[in-house]
Amino acid sequence: MDLKWIALVPLFPLLGSVINLFLGRRLSKGVVGTLACAAVLASFAVSVGAFFSLNAMAPEHRQVVVHLFDWIDAGSFHVPFAFLVDPLSVLMILVVTGVGFLIHVYSTSYMEHDEGYARYFTYLNLFTFSMLVLVLGSSFLTLFVGWEGVGLCSYLLIGFWYEKKSASDAGKKAFVVNRIGDFGFALGMMLIFWTFGSLNFTEVFSGASRFAAGEPVMTTICLLLFVGACGKSAQLPLYVWLPDAMEGPTPVSALIHAATMVTAGVYMVARCHVLYMLSPTAMGVVAVVGGVTALFAATIGLVQNDIKRVLAYSTVSQLGYMFLALGVGAFSAGIFHVMTHAFFKALLFLGSGSVIHALSGEQDIRKMGALKGPLGRTYFTFLFGTLALAGIFPFAGFFSKDEILWNVYNTNRVLWVVGVAGAFCTAFYMFRLVFLTFFGESRLTSEAKHHLHESPPRMLVPLFVLAILSVVGGWIGLPLMPGGNPLTHWLDPVFGPEAAVGGEGAGHGLEIGLMALSLGVALFGIMVAWLFYRKTPKLPVALGASMKGAYNMLLNKYYVDEIYGAAIVRPFFSLSGMLWTFFDVKVVDGVVNAVGRFVRGAGSAARGLQSGYVGGYALAMVLGLVVVISYYFIK
Amino acid sequence: MVPISNYLWVSVILFSLGVTGVILRRNAIVIFMCIELMMNAANLAFVAFARQTHTLDGQVMVFFVMTVAAAEVAVGLAIIISMFRHHESVNIDQVDLLRG
Repeated sequence: MDLKWIALVPLFPLLGSVINLFLGRRLSKGVVGTLACAAVLASFAVSVGAFFSLNAMAPEHRQVVVHLFDWIDAGSFHVPFAFLVDPLSVLMILVVTGVGFLIHVYSTSYMEHDEGYARYFTYLNLFTFSMLVLVLGSSFLTLFVGWEGVGLCSYLLIGFWYEKKSASDAGKKAFVVNRIGDFGFALGMMLIFWTFGSLNFTEVFSGASRFAAGEPVMTTICLLLFVGACGKSAQLPLYVWLPDAMEGPTPVSALIHAATMVTAGVYMVARCHVLYMLSPTAMGVVAVVGGVTALFAATIGLVQNDIKRVLAYSTVSQLGYMFLALGVGAFSAGIFHVMTHAFFKALLFLGSGSVIHALSGEQDIRKMGALKGPLGRTYFTFLFGTLALAGIFPFAGFFSKDEILWNVYNTNRVLWVVGVAGAFCTAFYMFRLVFLTFFGESRLTSEAKHHLHESPPRMLVPLFVLAILSVVGGWIGLPLMPGGNPLTHWLDPVFGPEAAVGGEGAGHGLEIGLMALSLGVALFGIMVAWLFYRKTPKLPVALGASMKGAYNMLLNKYYVDEIYGAAIVRPFFSLSGMLWTFFDVKVVDGVVNAVGRFVRGAGSAARGLQSGYVGGYALAMVLGLVVVISYYFIK
Repeated sequence: MVPISNYLWVSVILFSLGVTGVILRRNAIVIFMCIELMMNAANLAFVAFARQTHTLDGQVMVFFVMTVAAAEVAVGLAIIISMFRHHESVNIDQVDLLRG
């Protein structure tokens, strides 16, 4: 396949979106859903084609810029609208379209009874389109188009049920928090243009070789870009929008958390690895923020009672792992985790959607339990996702998480301990979720029990496919392979031969030992969860009561929302209020009204001059003439 | 030969009479006639200068002024007639529709 066809990848979802936007109301639901799915499937097919044609090329040539048209051409500022096809972007579009397609199929059933069916698929396709532009763009500005696009679509989809106040609030929160990140990203872009005179990846990255490591301008650029990544990928301190994003329909959560949106920040940092490598400070910041977020979010996840909220915090936590990997220079490990995480997190969200669907909208795990029987297939797939997320061998999450932890171990032992602690929390809260949802005695309301049903095939098939991917997805990154693992090898042309962060000397023995250790930690987490929620269900209650402070702290998510509310939102509100009542009403309106009053006063004062008597005017004219003429005579 | 200053003095006197009339008189038709007087004062000056300088420019200008005057009479009288129909008077002191 000629790589110029890559333009079709984002084009199909865009077309699907446009058609559904204008004709969706008139088409039947079947046509709308089929159209949306077919668009993404077509993109996936083209992506696979692109993968194979890229694979057929020599590794050093695997970087093709497909020029579509000149977008901005003003003076010395040139931005072509072009797509960059290289192993990284192809991997990303495969994940986005592949997982995205499964989510689309699932949605056709999940959203079947919703009024805004066509609107939903319009947004969903637009979301996919934006994400594809983001990962394919060959310049920061093209990337930014997709970047803003996913921001917009997340706002639209989180607030999809806009009649619900909490949903529209969550949409606004996502938008505003993302805006803070985007501001940093835009500043970073400007600084890049100022420094390199271009926004194209190829020119910027080749220009970066002029700089020595640790130059302040590099650090500034990287940190500004990272602010953007924090907003988009939900890292401390800008993660607050993601847990609230649960207000959207569940497949949307799957799309946001797995295939699109939150991986954008990770992708962007990986894409700019050339710049980050030049700034040890920025790398340190990325690693620390990632590590702290990984543990921070995992601890919150320990006590949450909303099935989707637990998963949301686990996403924040897993994104933390990805940034941790990027921060220690293990870029391909980070991207590997993006991929495996896309599989099992999509699976978990769609699985939780299946549970919620079966229980007619119930999301509180305290009102679930004993669903293993009635929802056998959902349980089965959900368990696969859980094992993958907990990092159990041989599921996908095990390989990617261990590769990250191995790289972190070789760089910074403190962050490694944080990462392992996070892994323990992950295993614990995921199995807490499984035990409370699927085991134990049923705590369903009688009404929910009455409607209880397994999901239809269109929801189950994507679950099965994702469950398989959650197992085999990790095998493309098998560790301990001679010559590096296949995925790292595939990404070599992008990131350069992996500098196996001091790994070779340490030998495989240590790596295997660490794997066994983290596997043991995960199993220990599962065991604790089993002890708490299966063996002695009174224990967590007693523990919660005896450590009330800590428990409430976690339950209320460290009061971060409250702190932000008190420290930022409320002062901002009162400042706005003051600006309104004082500055706007008194100063702005005052000036405007004063101008009006002055003109009116001057008018009524000057009114007397206009007597309407022609004789008066004639006299004035003559007098004026006399004055003018005498002036010339005297001069 | 009569010196040019004499002509100009006559012109000045006629013009001043016209101005005075426009300012002081209240009857629209009289004002109108005063305006004609001012124009003819200007015409007189034009002709006098033309003769003085032995050129035709001034004379030509007089024809223009006369044409304008004719057009002005047509428009002006129409205004005065409509004013009379409206107010039943041609006293301009009674016409102050444009007062602010």
